[in-house]
Amino acid sequence: MIIAVASGKGGTGKTTVATSLALAAGGSRHAPGSDPVDVLYLDCDVEAPNAHLFLKPTFQQHREVGILIPDVEETLCTHCGRCAEVCQYHAIAVLGKKTLVFPQLCHGCGSCTRECPEGAIREKLNVIGALEHGSTAEGVEFRRGVLEIGEPMAVPIIRQLKTWLPARPGQLVIRDSPPGTSCPVVETVRGADFLLLVTEPTPFGLHDLKLAVAVAAELAIPVGVVINRDGLGDQRVDDFCTEVGIPILLRIPFDRRIAEAVSRGQALVTALPEYYPQFEALLEQITRAVPERGRL
Amino acid sequence: MKQLVVLSGKGGTGKTCVTASFAHLASSGPDPIPVVLADADVDAANLELVLQPRLLETHPFRGGSVAVIDLGLCEGCGTCASVCRFDAILEPGMDGTLAYAVDPIACEGCAACMYACPSAAIQMQPQLAGEWFHSESRYGLLFHAALKPAQENSGKLVTLVKQQARLSALDSGAELVIVDGPPGIGCPVISAISGASLALMVAEPSAAGMHDLKRVLDLAAHFRLPALVCINKADLYPQGAAEIVAGCLERGVEVVGEIPFDPLMTEAMVQGEPVTAYRPEASASLALVEIWKRLRVQLQDGKV
Amino acid sequence: MKLILSTTSAGLDASLDPRFGRCAYFLLIDPQTMEWQSLPNPALHSGGGAGVQAAQLAANHQCQAVVSGEFGPNAFDALAAAGIDMYKYGALGSVQEVIEGYLAGTLERVQGPGNAGHHGR
Repeated sequence: MIIAVASGKGGTGKTTVATSLALAAGGSRHAPGSDPVDVLYLDCDVEAPNAHLFLKPTFQQHREVGILIPDVEETLCTHCGRCAEVCQYHAIAVLGKKTLVFPQLCHGCGSCTRECPEGAIREKLNVIGALEHGSTAEGVEFRRGVLEIGEPMAVPIIRQLKTWLPARPGQLVIRDSPPGTSCPVVETVRGADFLLLVTEPTPFGLHDLKLAVAVAAELAIPVGVVINRDGLGDQRVDDFCTEVGIPILLRIPFDRRIAEAVSRGQALVTALPEYYPQFEALLEQITRAVPERGRL
Repeated sequence: MKQLVVLSGKGGTGKTCVTASFAHLASSGPDPIPVVLADADVDAANLELVLQPRLLETHPFRGGSVAVIDLGLCEGCGTCASVCRFDAILEPGMDGTLAYAVDPIACEGCAACMYACPSAAIQMQPQLAGEWFHSESRYGLLFHAALKPAQENSGKLVTLVKQQARLSALDSGAELVIVDGPPGIGCPVISAISGASLALMVAEPSAAGMHDLKRVLDLAAHFRLPALVCINKADLYPQGAAEIVAGCLERGVEVVGEIPFDPLMTEAMVQGEPVTAYRPEASASLALVEIWKRLRVQLQDGKV
Repeated sequence: MKLILSTTSAGLDASLDPRFGRCAYFLLIDPQTMEWQSLPNPALHSGGGAGVQAAQLAANHQCQAVVSGEFGPNAFDALAAAGIDMYKYGALGSVQEVIEGYLAGTLERVQGPGNAGHHGR
């Protein structure tokens, strides 16, 4: 089963919730007789990854990741301009007697390479970031992607993070999403069995929650909500969820102790173990909500 | 005419509330300056919720294109699927698909399938990806946008919003454009940075906040954009705030103020007002007034 | 002989626009005959590639030189590859002043990209 944790609005507590869910599912604190779940945590917020601060994995593998960009062999190039004609992103242009490539505009689609009538273009890897793999002291498997500073495109890294080293059968995959509702979030959420939306009970939280719910509808994925910092805001998020029939699966009241723990880089359930049962219950509710074929 | 862009790296540090307060402070007080506002966080645009502007104009935004397969011409050869690198071609037999089709959400608009199709059965169709708006708030004109959910945010709409704000400011003689930036460091942020004179990073003194502050400061340095830092919710984790101050000192970045955690800031947001207008005597408001004064000095002294 | 200037509006009395890829208009002008044409910038709202498109436009119109406030790295590389000279507006304030400066040889030549750009290294 794959659970994506997103929000729309930044800073609502996605990583706080996702990491505690991972620890509650996969950690050693289980009722006697119940086995911990095999958990794989994917930190898909490749622009600003933070989950490693809470789960503290030991990294065992590091791999460069990139986009295949054109490499033009000038001796074969006739400067016909076909490559520039097919490129939708102005990433390759013929100017004067040279064919120039602009790597950061390139999406790696391969059209220019295929369309070149002289076969003058090969592809080479343009590194834009890295993938890392490790595991935590509690036995949670951890992977993340990191975008290089100055590189614009997060989506290719997220795409490759999802397929690098496939998940084990029966493994619970938790995908920690970036903020927003556009392509990096869509790439993270696409293919998940359940979308858990973490929100705050404020106008900003509500506004962006509605957008995130629309993303879930576009992708036809079942949705549930966690209200974080409950009590600091108003009723409107609650009313919206009731109105559209979205279950509120967990409420975390505003608590300075939680804010301080998160500030220190300590997972919520580690600082306040009384929350373990609530996150275990959250997982149970999600499992029941996912159609048969998606279950653990 | 200068451009101030408000960034953070990490989401939820308070960029929008801080931007709204600056808009209010810019247009009030003993030395007001005309400003134009731009909300560059186009897939989660919140600035209008605290500025409560009057909408003047709405415009459609056509993003990229997506491929569309004409089943009347399609021979079912599957070449499109073999060239698509974005898993955007649905093949017959997959999940109830009866014929080759394009998944418009996955499609990146590269047209590789169109060029490869031996039956010329594929066309690229421009997409209505969202809308942009020209509004009027109490504190100045606001340019903002709403990207449709699940759309590609390549920075194009961000660029358009900022361009409109910039042209409006040039026309009206406004001295400053204040840009409410998106979280992260990818293309929407890079587009938000374009043309900026100065960046203000709104930092949060948490482990995650500090980690992401470093990344966004590195990004500003990469683009040679001068940056200043203010720390929001500073007293929630004083060790964190001290670490940020020390780290900035080491990097040669100035910290222009610290805003205490203040429930009145959330209350003001719920009421739809900048906190400096809602409760000028709130501790957050007093801190913001000082920060704004220091920003004015930086923007005026010609260094940025 | 043709120059291209980046401007904020059409016509000879347009204000100079300091940003090459993102200007509203391009003014094509022959400084000897003063024959001119204003073209709206097709790349005004491009997410990326504005500099490249602008350079392509200059090359397509067989311009010998471009004058603007600053050139991003993509535009710089593209114009250099096309063999098109680059000059800066500096403190000049009007199209007329720029033309006079060009003819007198007093315009400041651009040696490298003016900023780190936003869609390229």
